[in-house]
Amino acid sequence: MVAAVKEAQQAGKPVAPKLPAQPAKPKLPVKEQKVTRRSFWQMLSSVTISPFAVAWTVMATIGGVWSLAAARFLMPNMVRELPSKFKVGAISDYPPNAVSEKYTASRGVWIVNTDQYNGQPLLYSLLAICTHLGCTPSWLSGEQKFKCPCHGSGFYITGINFEGPAPRPLERVGLTLGADGLLEVDKSLKFQEELGQWSDPKSYVELG
Amino acid sequence: MSSIIEYIRKSQIWRSVFRHPAPYDRRNRAVVVLTNFFLHLHPVSVKKGGIALSYTWCMGGVTFFLFLVEALTGVLLMFYYRPTLEWAFTDIRALRDVTTLGIMREIHRWGAHAMVITVWLHMYRVFLTGSYKPPREFNWVIGVILLVLTLLLSFTGYLLPWDQLAIWAITVGSNMARATPFLGHEGPGFQLLNIGGYDLITNASDARFLLLGARTVGEETLNRFYIMHCVAIPIVVSLLIAIHFWRVRKDGGISQPL
Repeated sequence: MVAAVKEAQQAGKPVAPKLPAQPAKPKLPVKEQKVTRRSFWQMLSSVTISPFAVAWTVMATIGGVWSLAAARFLMPNMVRELPSKFKVGAISDYPPNAVSEKYTASRGVWIVNTDQYNGQPLLYSLLAICTHLGCTPSWLSGEQKFKCPCHGSGFYITGINFEGPAPRPLERVGLTLGADGLLEVDKSLKFQEELGQWSDPKSYVELG
Repeated sequence: MSSIIEYIRKSQIWRSVFRHPAPYDRRNRAVVVLTNFFLHLHPVSVKKGGIALSYTWCMGGVTFFLFLVEALTGVLLMFYYRPTLEWAFTDIRALRDVTTLGIMREIHRWGAHAMVITVWLHMYRVFLTGSYKPPREFNWVIGVILLVLTLLLSFTGYLLPWDQLAIWAITVGSNMARATPFLGHEGPGFQLLNIGGYDLITNASDARFLLLGARTVGEETLNRFYIMHCVAIPIVVSLLIAIHFWRVRKDGGISQPL
């Protein structure tokens, strides 16, 4: 044996030492493929969805529904505002070439009697909300203009904007003459000059 | 004197509050920070260069200090202020004219102005020193949210005196919400949100209406802004401040000068 190794080493060949014979491995008994309770649920979850996914989905759904419910809860169903329609007296209460501020503080409208818009003597009601960012302009009778104190927008007596940042004329609201001879303002109606809505007969009362 | 201090430190009351020996050595100096509820958000040790005033301007710290001032004076003001049309303006006037140390209201107001300024300066410093870069980018995002919430606190607090300035400032400010995309009744794309030709977004169901609780600035708005100013936003801000400080620690402490 030793002589043989020596011989091989001299020849420059590596020699693997002989290993003792391995004992034969005992064959394990093959388990029968039976469906247990655990494997059944594993199988079920692999073809459907995991319980974690179910739990997270349920929680996310509840959270989402609650968020929506909170948002809806914060959206009031009721506004406390004065009625949008109201009587403002007879035509004779409004002299020519004048802006009435009688209903500005309480109702936020001016009643204007002028012929400067289209040459015809008209009575109309302008909404006292600046078309820039919503402040209340003041009527300056000396300068014959509506002037907004917030950012300086100016409007002619007709409601047309001519200075400052306001992008469009003041809005008219509905004004009609009732059968009882009284004028009625309807703030639920809006008439915008730039959309050609000032020709709508509900937006003014023609004076003879 | 030192024997009195020593006596207090060894008393059961003291040791029940502070669970560690006096910070005379390095180990206990670290333990003091680690075991204190108020200090544990803070890094245990801070590099000298990281807290140099010329580097940090201390603007984050000053902002936090001002937040505490606002919280303290704000709670005091709540004892005298009622958010109703009848009393809001009068109560603010009474704080000036009647209440002893009614200057609390001025401190609250000036502190609010100062806080907005220091938040911006803090942000400017963080930008200039590159402290928004990884691994601190998430804390920058939290900081931006805190900036927005600070501005919202200012906006909601602005209405509470209920004077002309307040009402028209909030009218102007909230009118911008009309132009919110999709959710404002004068904004782009609101027409898309309708069912069978019926608009879901109107002047009584849009973002501005939700903000004001009405179609114009009124008592509902005053109440909403009061609750947002005193409860809702401060809770969120407190939570985010805690996360902000904790992340400074976890992201490797305050950034260092290069």
